[in-house]
Amino acid sequence: MTVRCGLSCSGWRHSYCRTEDFLNNSDSFDAGGVRSVSIALAGSGGAGVMTAANLLLEAAARAGYYGLMTRTSGPQIRGGEAAGLLRIATHPVHGQDDRFDALVAIDWQNVGRFAAEIALGPNSLLVGDPAQGDPPEVYVKMGASAATVPFKQTAKGFPGGWPNMVALGLLAGLVGLPFEALKGAVEKSLKKGGGDALAGTLASIKAGMTEAGRFTSMKRLAPPSAPSRRWLITGNQAAGYGAIRGGVRFVAAYPITPGTELLEFMAPALSKAGGVLVQAEDELASINMILGASFGGVPSLTATSGPGLALMIEALGLGVASETPVVVVDVMRGGPSTGIPTKSEQSDLSIALYGLHGDAPHLVLAPNSVADCLRTTQWATRLAEGLQVPAIVLSDQFFGQARAIVEQPEATEPGGERLRAAANTTGYKRYALTPSGVSPMAIPGTPGVTYTADGLTHNEFGTPSSQAADHIAQMDKRLRKLTSVDYGEDWADVEGEGEIAILTWGSCTGPAREAYERARADGIQAKLISMRLLSPAQPEKLAAALSGVKRALVVEQTHSAQFVRYLRAEYELPCRLVAFNRAGPLPLRPADIHSELLRVSRS
Amino acid sequence: MNAPDVAAFKPQDFKSDTKPVWCPGCGDYSVLSSITKSLAALELRPENVAVISGIGCSSRIPAYTTCYGFHGVHGRALALGTGLKVARPDLTVLVTGGDGDGYSIGGNHFMHACRRNVDLTYIVMDNHVYGMTKGQASPTTEPDWSSKLSPGGTGVRTFHPLVIALAAGANFVARAFSGDPNGTAAIISQAVRHPGFSFVEVLSPCVTFRPEQRNWKELAHAASVAQTDDPVRAAHRVMTDDGFNIGVLYAGKRTPYQPPVGKSLDGAMEKIEKEFLL
Repeated sequence: MTVRCGLSCSGWRHSYCRTEDFLNNSDSFDAGGVRSVSIALAGSGGAGVMTAANLLLEAAARAGYYGLMTRTSGPQIRGGEAAGLLRIATHPVHGQDDRFDALVAIDWQNVGRFAAEIALGPNSLLVGDPAQGDPPEVYVKMGASAATVPFKQTAKGFPGGWPNMVALGLLAGLVGLPFEALKGAVEKSLKKGGGDALAGTLASIKAGMTEAGRFTSMKRLAPPSAPSRRWLITGNQAAGYGAIRGGVRFVAAYPITPGTELLEFMAPALSKAGGVLVQAEDELASINMILGASFGGVPSLTATSGPGLALMIEALGLGVASETPVVVVDVMRGGPSTGIPTKSEQSDLSIALYGLHGDAPHLVLAPNSVADCLRTTQWATRLAEGLQVPAIVLSDQFFGQARAIVEQPEATEPGGERLRAAANTTGYKRYALTPSGVSPMAIPGTPGVTYTADGLTHNEFGTPSSQAADHIAQMDKRLRKLTSVDYGEDWADVEGEGEIAILTWGSCTGPAREAYERARADGIQAKLISMRLLSPAQPEKLAAALSGVKRALVVEQTHSAQFVRYLRAEYELPCRLVAFNRAGPLPLRPADIHSELLRVSRS
Repeated sequence: MNAPDVAAFKPQDFKSDTKPVWCPGCGDYSVLSSITKSLAALELRPENVAVISGIGCSSRIPAYTTCYGFHGVHGRALALGTGLKVARPDLTVLVTGGDGDGYSIGGNHFMHACRRNVDLTYIVMDNHVYGMTKGQASPTTEPDWSSKLSPGGTGVRTFHPLVIALAAGANFVARAFSGDPNGTAAIISQAVRHPGFSFVEVLSPCVTFRPEQRNWKELAHAASVAQTDDPVRAAHRVMTDDGFNIGVLYAGKRTPYQPPVGKSLDGAMEKIEKEFLL
């Protein structure tokens, strides 16, 4: 049989902007405006911060822009201070910028605690309601110019007026969004309201937009590029939908932040697609349920985060030994233990690659943008099915909970079907030693080919065996499945040429790509390699991608440089590695990577 | 259970050629016979039955049948079986195992499988000992039973699986004895036919590590009272009996759990994408 393992999609990189899009960084003008604006909206619980932030993103989408929004909040389960962090741009954006151009707060209660996440600079604006007192010193010290807008008092001027909508209008005005885009977004969200509520909201927004006129120092966005078909999607939705497109029709779910929304997306989506979701009693149950469903012939998935993945590890070994395909999406968060459940980190890399007991070859893939969560999870599902092996998809909190305006991903062709045994195959061997390692799998209900799937070492028929020859032959077979196929060009995104390279993966790719583009604008010849297929390792492909490279900056969000250790263990590297690793929870900024890259280029 | 298939299979047709690893005299041989007798009596076909297990002596059963089988990891058989049955409601699913697998490491799944009430049959071969690891106390071992791991006994009270099953909501609860293969086969058949989660605790002696269990054949006796659909009466009976009362204790009327399997709509993908499209 032929296992088609590449994603047969010519538009793989379609969701990324072209190189020239990045040559002007966020501070530079283009045709009467900047290409990217970053703003933060903060306030205490009940102030309506997230409502306003979401409406702003929707309005930006309606106006033809791209954007990315993340949120941050205090430790309270519900309510409490929150901030929406938005970046709106003329091109797709995959990460946050270095600084925020404006921080607008409806009130200042506890907003100071977000200071590490909302970096301001001398050109930034700091706007608050004079009735709420002075802004926290920590923001003033960053050099931002402080100003006031009386949100509450302004809102009182209209029946049905709201302070957060005045703030929304201010932000929209600062960014340069047209009123019509806001009106459309508000009308959609107030479907059932209308009347006074709508009039008061729109009047509040207009008043806020008028206030924005005072702030001429803030650079407005350039006009949007020709609008294409775009989606507003989170990474969790994208991964879930990718799995459904890849054929997943059974999900077992145990809630865990930040993977829960992926599972919540799946429940209604699966019912449309002819699938089913079960809430399990724990992660031990959810991983075993999906093994059971997959044994029954139904492509299956669960999603979790680090602690849940740790619980699933034993059963993943069973999936490897019994050759039962499953997909586990790990939406990584800060660890170990409960860590920082609401913030991102890449520190499950080692457990995903090496945490399994015994020698257990399996797939590990990592998306490198919100939109790529769809493609990579779809690919992982197809690879798992085609190779009859578990796949771990390493997403993270940044992707999972970010809402992004992305270009509609192109549909990829189906493939990587599970090889099924025909009924009444004479002398059927479930674990036959084939050249590709993949052997036909009998699906319950098929007569004449019944077998017992087993986690015990077994012979070709599946009969338990403790014979050395069986053990080694089956181990070879399991490895051969993964190593004898060509994964095509999708193992990584490789761009540029030069003696200097950035080697990265996952959500570090966004800021790394911006740093790479800035370095190229500086005249430095550089290369960017963002790895999507982490296991099985692709040493020949990486060696080819690194040809001519003398120094590589390895960018990752872990405390112990897990990605560097992986590269050193799995690859013959023709160049010197320079680690640039930081623990979460703060996202890496393009400027930090850029200055490190400059340093490496001079060394 | 599902509609019976055309009768064509004898008990022997459900037995594979694989030789069991069990000790001579093990109760599990009889339970295997009871299962194959029951499957033949139910007029099922091997390919439409899945036997799912975890780890332990009794958990080796799947490979000794000609049905589809999944021999998984320790304690998780009910989760495997639940996923399979929910994804493939057309199959008849038997989950098999021992007291350590089901009541200790798998205790949480036991409780939630009872609650969930998926239409499958759970057969536990209870010998009050971990046999495969050579004789340690299980949750059903008497507190004063001495072993290398717990000299002088664990001092921990025994677990009462039937009471737990009733309290957690199992829809069918029975006790059987391996020394009566025909009686056990009849109970298993009734359990498979009964909708929802059916739990059959089979007293199945370990003659190697608990040789005193040879006298179970003297102790086991048929229940003097008929089954009930009243869980309170059933709980009272089982908490006051001698532990060797054989028969169907409880047959309830709960509707089995089958989460809605969606219908694959025309244009399903477009319908999902509508949520994202601007």
